[in-house]
Amino acid sequence: MSASSLRGLPGLASIAAVTMGVALLLALVVAPEDADQGISQRIFYIHVPIALTAYFCFGLGAVKALLLLWRGDERYDLESYVAIHQGTIFGALTLITGSIWARASWGVWWTWSSHQLVLFLILFLFYCAYFMLRFSLEEGPRRERSSAVYALFGVALIPVSFLAIRLADDFIHPTVFTRSGPQMSGTMFATFCVCWAAVTLLAYVLYRVELAGKRLDANLRELREALQ
Amino acid sequence: MTYLADVVALTRKDLRIELRGRDTLPAMLLFVLATLVVFHFALPEQSGSGAAYGLLWVAIVFTALLGLARAWVPEHEHRVLDGLVLAPCDRSAIWVGKALATFAFLVAAQVVALPVFAAFFEPLDATALVGVLLADVGICAVGSLMSAMAAAGRSREVLLPLLVLPLAIPLVVGGVGTAVSADPVRFLLFLALYDGVFAVLSWASFEYVVTE
Repeated sequence: MSASSLRGLPGLASIAAVTMGVALLLALVVAPEDADQGISQRIFYIHVPIALTAYFCFGLGAVKALLLLWRGDERYDLESYVAIHQGTIFGALTLITGSIWARASWGVWWTWSSHQLVLFLILFLFYCAYFMLRFSLEEGPRRERSSAVYALFGVALIPVSFLAIRLADDFIHPTVFTRSGPQMSGTMFATFCVCWAAVTLLAYVLYRVELAGKRLDANLRELREALQ
Repeated sequence: MTYLADVVALTRKDLRIELRGRDTLPAMLLFVLATLVVFHFALPEQSGSGAAYGLLWVAIVFTALLGLARAWVPEHEHRVLDGLVLAPCDRSAIWVGKALATFAFLVAAQVVALPVFAAFFEPLDATALVGVLLADVGICAVGSLMSAMAAAGRSREVLLPLLVLPLAIPLVVGGVGTAVSADPVRFLLFLALYDGVFAVLSWASFEYVVTE
């Protein structure tokens, strides 16, 4: 394993942990209570950054997939896979936190009227299928390319699905819940930014850790095969 | 011009195999008719016309999946795909040929199924039919690529619906919209947009999923 994949990682992880702590403190204690929604609004500081980070991870996975198809370098395969893996974990967290928020503010565990939640459900299904595809193919260039092509379809599916969900309102007629718009005070906005930074940093650290682990695993396997 | 000739030859190959073996089309036809009968018992009396249109789209998607599951089987059984990939033609022509053949099977099944739907449940107008055709293009374009990916895997029959269904959700939205919305043109445009985006993406990426 190259030492570069671990360089700076402990330091980065410490920074992420501290930022996360500060973010939680700001979100739970410092930020003023929302006049309309009360304490339940505080999940916003976690839910929205997680959702944005999931999008970011899916995007990163697609960029790495494009690089794999373009340059043919197999290291992008693992990077794309790990990014999508993290994206799926954060996507699942988005669904869970969104569901909790829906329960707290609207009294239901699930609502089809929240476009973002429905989109995440579709994406979650799509990216779960990514893993099914990946694990049913034999390891090799074909698996790398097929996974990459599927990852690229994912980023095309995001805007198309979003448009579809918007259009579906036309005949599904949901009960419209109004989520009080982004009227955030200065402190609230600052808290949101810190939370976003913390979650992004956390995702990046997790990405690096998983990548290092996967590379270690691959190198170990190569060594074992060489010894046999 | 040779590209077009390749596509025509590949499509003809699939249609001829089907004419001789009759493996796919009768199965699709029987499946969609059986599904429509099941729907009659699945729909309570007061569920209204909207529910019937919705279920029609479930039937269309699953019929397409049935056809797509068989799409690459002949190629894999006799290792024809290796020969096709080695042939001096553009690889994307293989995908175009397969998508066209699947499209032909799907339309053929619908030529019977849609009048039966109209007789059993609700009438379909011209815009809804255009919507069906546009959605067929989309599902065959995406499905032929996904089916080629799944066919190389261990559990292809299980894998294919998992790969295609999330991608088919926008098509179902568009299709149901053309049948029930007061403003179906938006949905037709959306379906055309979907077809354009995913056909180009599938066309451009097919080469990567079949070459070693």
